[in-house]
Amino acid sequence: MSKMHVKLTVNGKQVEGLAEPRTLLIHFLREDLKITGPHIGCETSHCGACTVDIDGKSVKSCTTFVAQVNGSDITTVEGLTNDDGSLGVLQEMFREHHGLQCGFCTPGMITRAHRLLQENPNPSEEEIRFGMAGNLCRCTGYQNIVKAISASADLLNAQKEAAE
Amino acid sequence: MNDQTMTPEERAANLKGMGSSRKRVEDVRFTQGKGNYVDDIKLDGMLFGDFVRSPYAHARVVSVNKDAALALPGVIAVLTAEDLSPLGLHWMPTLAGDKQMVLADGKVLFQGQEVAYVVAEDRYIAADAVELVEVEYEELPVLTDPFEALKSDVVLREDLEGQTEGAHGPRKHHNHIFTWEQGDKDTTEAVLAEADVVAEEMVYYHRTHPCPLETCGCVASMDKVTGKLTLYGTFQAPHAIRTVVSLISGVAEHNIRVISPDIGGGFGNKVGAYAGYVCSVVASIVTGQPVKWVEDRMENLMSTAFARDYWMQGKIAATKDGKITGLWCHTTADHGGFDACADPTKFPAGFMNICTGSYDIPTAYLAVDGVYTNKAPGGVAYRCSFRVTEAAYFIERMIEVLAIKLNMDAAELRRINFIKADQFPYQSALGWEYDSGDYHTAWDKALKAVDYEGLRAEQAQRIEDFKAGKTRKLLGIGLTHFTEIVGAGPVKNCDILGLGMFDSCEIRIHPTGSAIARLGTISQGQGHATTFAQIIASEIGLPADDITLEEGDTDTAPYGLGTYGSRSTPVAGAATAMAARKIRAKAQMIAAYLLEVHDDDVEWDVDRFAVKGAPERFKTMKEIAFAAYNQAIPGLEPGLEAVSYYDPPNMTYPFGAYVCVMEIDVDTGEWEVRQFYALDDCGTRINPMIIEGQVHGGVTEALAIAMGQEIAYDEMGNVKTGTLMDFFLPTAWETPNYITDHTVTPSPHHPIGAKGVGESPNVGGVPAFSNAVHDAFRPFGLTQSHMPHDHWRIWKIANGLGMHG
Repeated sequence: MSKMHVKLTVNGKQVEGLAEPRTLLIHFLREDLKITGPHIGCETSHCGACTVDIDGKSVKSCTTFVAQVNGSDITTVEGLTNDDGSLGVLQEMFREHHGLQCGFCTPGMITRAHRLLQENPNPSEEEIRFGMAGNLCRCTGYQNIVKAISASADLLNAQKEAAE
Repeated sequence: MNDQTMTPEERAANLKGMGSSRKRVEDVRFTQGKGNYVDDIKLDGMLFGDFVRSPYAHARVVSVNKDAALALPGVIAVLTAEDLSPLGLHWMPTLAGDKQMVLADGKVLFQGQEVAYVVAEDRYIAADAVELVEVEYEELPVLTDPFEALKSDVVLREDLEGQTEGAHGPRKHHNHIFTWEQGDKDTTEAVLAEADVVAEEMVYYHRTHPCPLETCGCVASMDKVTGKLTLYGTFQAPHAIRTVVSLISGVAEHNIRVISPDIGGGFGNKVGAYAGYVCSVVASIVTGQPVKWVEDRMENLMSTAFARDYWMQGKIAATKDGKITGLWCHTTADHGGFDACADPTKFPAGFMNICTGSYDIPTAYLAVDGVYTNKAPGGVAYRCSFRVTEAAYFIERMIEVLAIKLNMDAAELRRINFIKADQFPYQSALGWEYDSGDYHTAWDKALKAVDYEGLRAEQAQRIEDFKAGKTRKLLGIGLTHFTEIVGAGPVKNCDILGLGMFDSCEIRIHPTGSAIARLGTISQGQGHATTFAQIIASEIGLPADDITLEEGDTDTAPYGLGTYGSRSTPVAGAATAMAARKIRAKAQMIAAYLLEVHDDDVEWDVDRFAVKGAPERFKTMKEIAFAAYNQAIPGLEPGLEAVSYYDPPNMTYPFGAYVCVMEIDVDTGEWEVRQFYALDDCGTRINPMIIEGQVHGGVTEALAIAMGQEIAYDEMGNVKTGTLMDFFLPTAWETPNYITDHTVTPSPHHPIGAKGVGESPNVGGVPAFSNAVHDAFRPFGLTQSHMPHDHWRIWKIANGLGMHG
């Protein structure tokens, strides 16, 4: 099958490569770019393990062709670590509140939570639960994930306040 | 502060040992997307395998034409049973003493069965080639009902025709697998005949699936130069897989290295040996290139590892004031096309004989008949210990049914029948010795915590309001007191494929006082790297943060039977404590030498040995570790390491008291969990944070199972729930918050008193949710309704009871 030229910005870096028109974004990220944080859990958009951030929106990369997002700015969980290599706020709060167990849903969960907190910096528990409903976790029962996101919101807001 | 000025409590706290809610060491890489799961493995020249699967549940395979597939550029091979047959690999042994087709050998027995295996340069080409393989089928009559299968002339397993003896005794019919009997049939039936009251009910625990978020997969890599086969995979029992692969492939065991990398949840799904593993190994041996196979979600739900599917006919006898006198159970177990249940060899129905539950029942009888049908094989312990969940659901439903018959409060009925604290160790009528328990204390604590009396008063008011037309919502109070049986298990009665179910730990202390420990288990999210280091920290006084823990590589880890059935803490956790104690025993001799006193004149003090009566004279474990490597100590070998293979003397018996309060809309069938209280007694608690996380997750899986999740078939044997669109996994939106609580009754035979907790919440949760639904409708005449209680089925209950006017 003929291949097309794809250019993306992934976690702040310009990347390019060749992909078939049918190549899914998740496979391009994982196989070609070796960004293996996003995972494949269902291939039908239900589980959210493949969630990435594309131009400011949470997108399930298992049902997106890389051709569809040519030229986009993409953030994966790898891009949410601080510049000095330390854990970002959401990553740290997931650890602090035991918001993960097997870790398979975690990259998608954190990437979605990152966008949720941009959309709504002060979410209620109900808003967190609704906003995260596209991401499935089989291990935690969500209670600690909700706690971790809520704690992250508080921390990020405090950081923002301190900076202003 | 230094070693001299810190109190023993401060020194102990610094270790982050047992009892500490230590943060998980695993999370640093998982939260950054730096886990290493099987699909993350990429080897040079790696090929991809994919299956052609049967669209039919029962059919003859007339022909397989590979030509078009092989003509596709990038396709390396297409394997069928014919290709595997010269190697003797077209069939493989199952864990249950049966055999299973690796690739369809003349016929298929369930929808989704593996027919051909395509090997190609990438996964897209492999998928294309799967479409190009032409298979001609001839449909055969389909049997999806185990009761019908036992009467039908249709022979499912023609390969077994004429065999009247199976792996577990006589076969009564060509679709019958085994009968397993426990307890005293005659006495139980006599008790039933003479009882004041007998309640009888059919309790069905529907077929479902563990559905971990990561599906099953492997990468097989045969190095033709060294003759070494490396097999990476989602294996809950890597050592057992190595032995099985060696036995069936003929590759010597020392030439096989099995590696379980990070595993994205298991819940029993990743215990079994699947066709994908065998085909990938063969393909790698044939091509000399690494071969990856990862199933997709539909393949996962259709073909690997269903759970439950038990039809449990029960009779429970009692005096008129509610004292239970006998329990009878006959189970019809639907095993699908092959008996691939993952149970210890001597237990073809697992530990279903724990079905007397938490109650002092003097007489009991259990019989289980295994049956072949046109469904997927499996029968794994989905977050439970070998059919304990079925057993707990059965007895907790039968108690409720008896309460209805006696017109008694179900909480009180439980209370008067609990095994009493002074009866432990307790010998059950079906053959188990319960190690320890204090059920009354747990029960009273739970009922008080939820204000049980207040809830019942509220429910009574609600019923009045409903009858008066003021509300259309009912209130259900779901009670459960479960007893688990975990930690398989004693080698004298527990083995899988002849491998005793001990487990192991090896600890090496480094000269600078840090350590590495390796175990025969494998974490799938349980946090072993965190908690097992805590056990070692408490036992030998080195900080948990200075202890690396490794599992899953059979070239380095000691042999063990893996992680499932809540066996890691009861068995490998015990091995860890025992290995640590061996190290401490040697450390004592080193310390005594260094302190120039007799071995018996020093005593252990948190992180050091001190001279008795002179606590200021001591050697810390760190100092002792260095001495072990730099001093010639008379009578002692250099170094400081130990290994322990632990054969547990008994199972452990965690228990718990759960209460679920549920609101149910009779017009829509919708439910809402208003409150869920979970009290768990798992003995000694190693990491309370992780225990709580296990309870949250396990109860959520129970919520899924009880309230909607199922593997359903139509009469043609089509899987109706093959994607996450149809197969219910709760989201954050419908999952409630849980209140967790505990009592602590240590196991008397476990070195640290721990019992295991990972599966308790699923075992206890399912009956708690189901009982809440039943309890809501009890005042309107409901006795029994089968799970899953989805909105439609709940609506049907209300409709059937005439509640829709």
